[in-house]
Amino acid sequence: MNTAPLLQVEQLALHYVVSRGLFKEAATVKALARADFCLRAGKTLAVVGESGCGKSTLARLLTRIEQPSAGRLLIDGVTVASGGGGSENGGRDTGNGDPGRQIVQMVFQDPYGSLNPRKKIGATLEEPLLINTSMSAAERREAAHEMMAKVGLRAEHYNRYPHMFSGGQRQRIAIARALMLRPRIVVLDEPVSALDVSVRAQVLNLLADLQEEFNLAYLFISHDLSVVRHVADEVMVMYLGRIVEHGARDEVFTNPRHPYTRALLSATPVADPQARREHIRLEGELPSPLNPPPGCPFHPRCPHAEQRCRQELPKILPSADGAAAVKVACHAVEEGRL
Amino acid sequence: MSALLDIRGLSVTFTTAHGGFTAVEGVDLTVEHGEVVAVVGESGSGKSVAMLAVMGLLPWTATVHAERMQFAGRDLQTLGAAARREIIGRDMAMVFQEPMTSLNPCFTVGFQLTETLAAHTKERRAERRRHAARLLAQVGIPEPEARLAAYPHQLSGGMNQRVSIAMAIACRPKLLIADEPTTALDVTIQAQILELLGRLQEESGMALVLITHDMGVVAETAQRVVVQYAGQQVESQNVRQLFRAPRHPYTKALLDALPGRHRGRRLPSIPGVVPGQLDRPGGCLFHPRCGRAEDLCRQRAPSPSAAELGFARCHFPLPPPESQP
Repeated sequence: MNTAPLLQVEQLALHYVVSRGLFKEAATVKALARADFCLRAGKTLAVVGESGCGKSTLARLLTRIEQPSAGRLLIDGVTVASGGGGSENGGRDTGNGDPGRQIVQMVFQDPYGSLNPRKKIGATLEEPLLINTSMSAAERREAAHEMMAKVGLRAEHYNRYPHMFSGGQRQRIAIARALMLRPRIVVLDEPVSALDVSVRAQVLNLLADLQEEFNLAYLFISHDLSVVRHVADEVMVMYLGRIVEHGARDEVFTNPRHPYTRALLSATPVADPQARREHIRLEGELPSPLNPPPGCPFHPRCPHAEQRCRQELPKILPSADGAAAVKVACHAVEEGRL
Repeated sequence: MSALLDIRGLSVTFTTAHGGFTAVEGVDLTVEHGEVVAVVGESGSGKSVAMLAVMGLLPWTATVHAERMQFAGRDLQTLGAAARREIIGRDMAMVFQEPMTSLNPCFTVGFQLTETLAAHTKERRAERRRHAARLLAQVGIPEPEARLAAYPHQLSGGMNQRVSIAMAIACRPKLLIADEPTTALDVTIQAQILELLGRLQEESGMALVLITHDMGVVAETAQRVVVQYAGQQVESQNVRQLFRAPRHPYTKALLDALPGRHRGRRLPSIPGVVPGQLDRPGGCLFHPRCGRAEDLCRQRAPSPSAAELGFARCHFPLPPPESQP
């Protein structure tokens, strides 16, 4: 881990102000609170959590669809976005010429919704080049064909429309589009959740091939832990906008520390009938982010909650047992109760 | 005693602008009283359509054919609409994938629950209301009395799925068909719902048909598994046997492609896609994607093999793992 981080996130937060009608005061939703992590070239960081935990908010911040409310986002050590409008360009959007935007690209979950049905595949792939580069039409066409070959599409697909493709092929198109500007970071928001098992394996293999070829850093967002275990180098578990555990894949999967990580692992069905076991049952559901519980956000569902958990928000600290670089936000782990 | 649900040679054909499309072809399914059967397959494998045909919920464009289709000794094919309505919702009920769309947003949860009771029981209004509250308590909804007045949009996805389950078990059905009941839910909620279904099944002794694409869910809940591919049933085995010794190459490939069962950077994948309406191959439907296909597979469609071979619809069923080199 001595390579310099490609992307660094410091205390990044995003708060939304939500109107609750005419007679109530507006509320603040902390969609993401104080996230700290970094991405390295050629590595995959997986973000795991249930809906509403802030995974997609994180993706929107990294791709700079949203401006952070606080904290900084650094690419190659240069601040590209920061809270309170204090970024390099005074918080103003510099438009499409901003190189920071081209470095980070995104692949969305639903390949049926993310491709424009009225555009041919060729046009879809060439659009990023048309907007961001001064390449000629012939050069763009060549670049599109080259990328199509790389993701396993045939040359005749250039003139076809999205509806003529299956889900797996559409996801290949979406991946090709994300790679057209030769990004170094790709944010994958549930890229295989909408795909069938047999096709999912094909797309996962393609992603692994492309990562090797272009030395890409992946931020892989998923709720499917079996997929995460397969692709990730590092895993970050989120709950209600906060990172609760972050560490190397094997460490998190074989020795989960945070009670939520344990419950999540235990709730995931294992494809082996011999291994039917007792589950750690989580009572209740995710609390509303509009009105998060005081103290540790997980305490109402946590079997190990004590008085301190109800009052004090746990900090994310390196694990007490000193094994590998695992960081956990839990009083019980910190006090050695777990 | 005869099987609860007994289907032989079920086929469903849809009339489309491009001619007939066979979504289900020659499916056999028997479900015993109190049995948990999982029907697994990818999208387009006809798993939902087959079950909708049993429930009689298909649109008019569908033509259903079966050699035999019996439920609790009654022939579902010759049943009139009124007689069918008596069975559906009482003896045989269904839970759908998307609780947000399967519940009516315009009516309260209590109204929708009591509607089922009004149709199938002789209970009076006040009794129905108490019964509905009991049902909500049974599926683990806190404050059931108060929840009766809630609209579906006021409840979370997991809670709505509990409501649809409560509705389905309202009349103590003999058979519950759950069509991807947890696909739209988060993992911790999925675990809660699967546990609930398992508990209700054990308590009431009803039979459960679980339609799913998730092999993990199958392994954790089912006793027997039916694997479907492109409208055909390709294998049917006891759950332990299936995971230990799949007999059809498709089942084996499907299990191998699961990230959880494999270590290493590349997953063994199945090339190509499930055939659709216009590209159905001749011979065995799986041959273009099968690594073991021979000339015979391209020319002649296989028929299901013997029970000890998992009824594998294959010319060359896989040998059990002991005899594999």
